[in-house]
This record gives sequence, structure tokens and C-alpha cells, in this order.
Amino acid sequence: MSQALARVVPRRRGRVPAALLIPAGLGLLFLVLPLAGLVVRAPWTTLPQRLTAPGALTALRLSVQTATLATGLCLLLGVPLAWLLARVEFPGRRLVRALVTVPLVLPPVVGGVALLLVFGRRGLLGGWLDATFGVTLPFTTAGVVLAEAFVAMPFLVIAVEGALRAADHRYEEAAATLGAGRWTTFTHVTLPLVAPGLAAGAVLCWARALGEFGATITFAGNYPGRTQTMPLAVYLALETDLESAIVLSLVLLIVSVGILAALRDRWLASP
Amino acid sequence: MSGRSVLATLTAIAVLALTGCGGGDDPAGDDADGRVTGTVTVFAAASLTESFTRIVSDFEAANPGVTVTLNLAGSSALANQINQGAPADVFASAAQKNMATVTEAGNAEGTPSVFARNQLVIAVPGGNPRGVTGLADLARPGVKVALCADQVPCGAAARTALTAAGVALTPVTLEQDVKGALAKVKLGEVDAALVYRTDARAASADVTGVEFPESARAVNDYPIVALKDAPNPAGARAFVAYVRSTPAQAVLAGAGFQAP
Repeated sequence: MSQALARVVPRRRGRVPAALLIPAGLGLLFLVLPLAGLVVRAPWTTLPQRLTAPGALTALRLSVQTATLATGLCLLLGVPLAWLLARVEFPGRRLVRALVTVPLVLPPVVGGVALLLVFGRRGLLGGWLDATFGVTLPFTTAGVVLAEAFVAMPFLVIAVEGALRAADHRYEEAAATLGAGRWTTFTHVTLPLVAPGLAAGAVLCWARALGEFGATITFAGNYPGRTQTMPLAVYLALETDLESAIVLSLVLLIVSVGILAALRDRWLASP
Repeated sequence: MSGRSVLATLTAIAVLALTGCGGGDDPAGDDADGRVTGTVTVFAAASLTESFTRIVSDFEAANPGVTVTLNLAGSSALANQINQGAPADVFASAAQKNMATVTEAGNAEGTPSVFARNQLVIAVPGGNPRGVTGLADLARPGVKVALCADQVPCGAAARTALTAAGVALTPVTLEQDVKGALAKVKLGEVDAALVYRTDARAASADVTGVEFPESARAVNDYPIVALKDAPNPAGARAFVAYVRSTPAQAVLAGAGFQAP
């Protein structure tokens, strides 16, 4: 019986239905062809000096730094929020969940304007922050982190909430029966349980933050070394020099794909 | 419905759409009487938004049977689109540099002609709370200034004007286009920005434009040209001629442009 199954399974695995294979192939082509376009048009001969141009490296460093800080901020605030949504019954939970996803559907430029209306000089909190603590966020690196976190946090919250809902409640209940408080259960049972989902969410969040453009240029402006991240540099390079823009895009692409691939091998169990 | 018949239906729809497109979008140009017909596709710089919208509706009224499609974006983006084969009839650029990108690629029909000029003003929040009267005021400590990035026409003009005035300042942001710089003024995030007079004039009461003498040193020319691969060459010629006519020039002057 088991031998019969063993013979059957590999053959059934090998036969992929055309109805799935063809659209899957088309989907892959659709995603990969534009990247191939970038690679084909890249000015390979002048690549080294364009890569080492000081402006490019500054923008790249700033991008990686701000995306990492933004991911940190999202983890700090987003994981508890995801836990709240997944584990605590409270009135209006559906509404809160919908609100969390707003930055996903909001055009990022609108997100940037919204941030200005709150944290800007004349904003709801901005004036008070400036008067009380002397903190101004627009046109600063901190502003870039804030803009990126605003746009990227929903990715983390949704991923972690999904992982929490899929996780087996019984472990947490067992911990509670053994006398663990909710905080201890959260740190010692829940977090390790959802670690893969957490890592996936963090990676997604980081990638989204790295590519952020609209909210950043609207809220934090564009100044080399301070708020000019890689996507902003790419957009401005397009104004004058298509080839420079392609090179910068490729760098951003290679760095992000490299880091994502490395993290995936390290943290995420790939089947 | 099986997968194959879905595919067949989709193919049929696609074929119909393509052929329908070819038939309906007839780039006829002149009809028997020499009148202009069909669709004219105009690629125009974003700073022409208000004036060209007026000019297009006047042109359509003067030429029944003609429809003008306006594609408004940054001049450099438009120049790139044209050079990549976008089906445009006319290109109106906010700077000679972006026009040169198109002419050097051999995509222009004839020589571009300048149809308007634009100058910079200092845009300040309505009522001018900081009392800005000239470029020198922008270098005062604590005054936050937004400029356009050097790569875009308004940024290049701003650099020229600041150099002419001998004013050195560090802006808080280098915006991707003139509307971005203006938005920062409207939101009150900066105390001043260097923008075109036409943009300051179009921007309601929350923005005041302060004129300054050095702007005469950084005047921006707006060239227009019919394109070589224009689907509607007669329409393209007619539109270019109309933009240079007296009624269109009056619309441009009303928006704050200077005559060439």
C-alpha cells in the first residue's frame, strides 16, 4: 500500500496542469521582463565609475540605514498592534484592522501630505513638538524614517497577525495554566511560535521601506546626504541621464535582492 | 466554458479592439477642403497645464471635428517618452535642453520655435510673514527655502539667479519639480521657494509671488515643435501655428508668461 503510494506520488507531482503552468509562466515573465529590460539597457562599460560616484553611495547608505531604522520602529510598534488585533477581543476591532491597512491603499504622496499635516511646522503635533522639545521632523533623516515606517508598517502588522492567527493557541493556554502571565507567555511562547511569520513580515516591511518614494519626498524633501534616498536619486537622475538612473536602479535591486535572499536562507525555512 | 474557448474569446476581443483602434483613431489630417480633422496629441510641460487647457479648448472650438489630447508632465519625462516612440504630434517643452534631447534624436519635424518665456519669482506664504523682498533675505538664518533640484529647469534657473545675485544659501530641500516646491510653501513648511511666475500666479491666495531683479538673468524659453513621426502631421502643424497666434498668446500672457 505504502509502496504503491510512493510510486504514485512522484508521478503526480511531475504532471503540472497546463491551466496552471501557462498563467504561472506568463506571470513570471510579466514580473521579470522589465528587470531584464534594465539589465539589457545598463551601460556596462561605464558601470564602475558610475557605481563609485559619491552621490550614489551616499544615497545607498542612507537608504539602507533608514529602511533598517524604519523596520525597527515598525517591529517595536507593529508587533504589539498585531498581537492586539489577533488575541484581544475589543469593540471596533474590525474598524481598527481596516484603519491599519489604510497606508496600503493611500497613494504614498497623500501619506506624505498627511504626515506634514500632523508633524509639519503648522501640523497638529509638529508645532507642539518644536515648541516643547525643539524637534522638527520635515526635511530631516528622522522624517525619512517616519515616512518609510508609515508606509511599511501595514505589511508587518498583516503578516504577524496572520501568523498569530495560524499559530496553535494551545501552547499559550498551556503556559497560562502553568502560571505564566500574559507578558511572559507573549515573550516566551507566542514570539518564538510566530518567529517565521515575524521574520517574513519584517523582510517585507524592510523591502517596502527601501523602495519608498512618494511619502519620503513629500514629507522629508530631497537633500543629498540627509533625505535623498536611492529612489529619490533614481527619479532625479531620470531628469538628466537615463543611464545613470538605470545604474542606480540596478544597484538598489541587487542590494535588496541580495539582502532578502541572505535573510531568507538564514531565518526562513524554505521548503 | 473551457480554457481554450476563453482564450479564443479573449483573442477575438483583442483583435477587434486593435482593428477598431486603427479605424477610429484615423490620423487623417486634412480632409478634402484642407480642414484639419482627427485627433492631435500634444505633449506639454507641466507648467503649461492651466494655459494649454484653455488654448486647447479654444483650438477645438475654432476647428470643429478636431480633438486634442493633452499629455502633461515634466519636460524631461515627455522628451524621454517621445524618444522611446510615444505616438505624439506636438511637443511643447519648458526648456531648450529637453527640446534638444528630442531634436538631437532626430524626432522633430523642422526647427522648434520659442512661443513663451517664463521668469522666476520668490513664492512666499500668503501675506509674506517673513517680509521677504529679495534673494538676499533668503540667506538669513532661520529662513527655510525650497529650491528645485539642479537637474530640472526651475532648479537650473534658480542656481543662475542666485549666482547672479551673489547669494549663497543652503535649501532644506531640492524638489523634483516646481509644483513640489510650491506645495511646501502652501503647506507652510518652508518660508520661501523659487518658482516660476506662472506657477505662483496659478496658486490661489495662500501664495504670494515676490519679483526680484536677478530673475531677468535666468529667463526660461518655451519651445514648441511638430514631431517627425506625428500620426496627424496636418493637425500638428495647425496646433503649433495656433499656439503662436494672437488669441493663444493672450491666454499665455494672462497666465503670467512673457512673449518671446
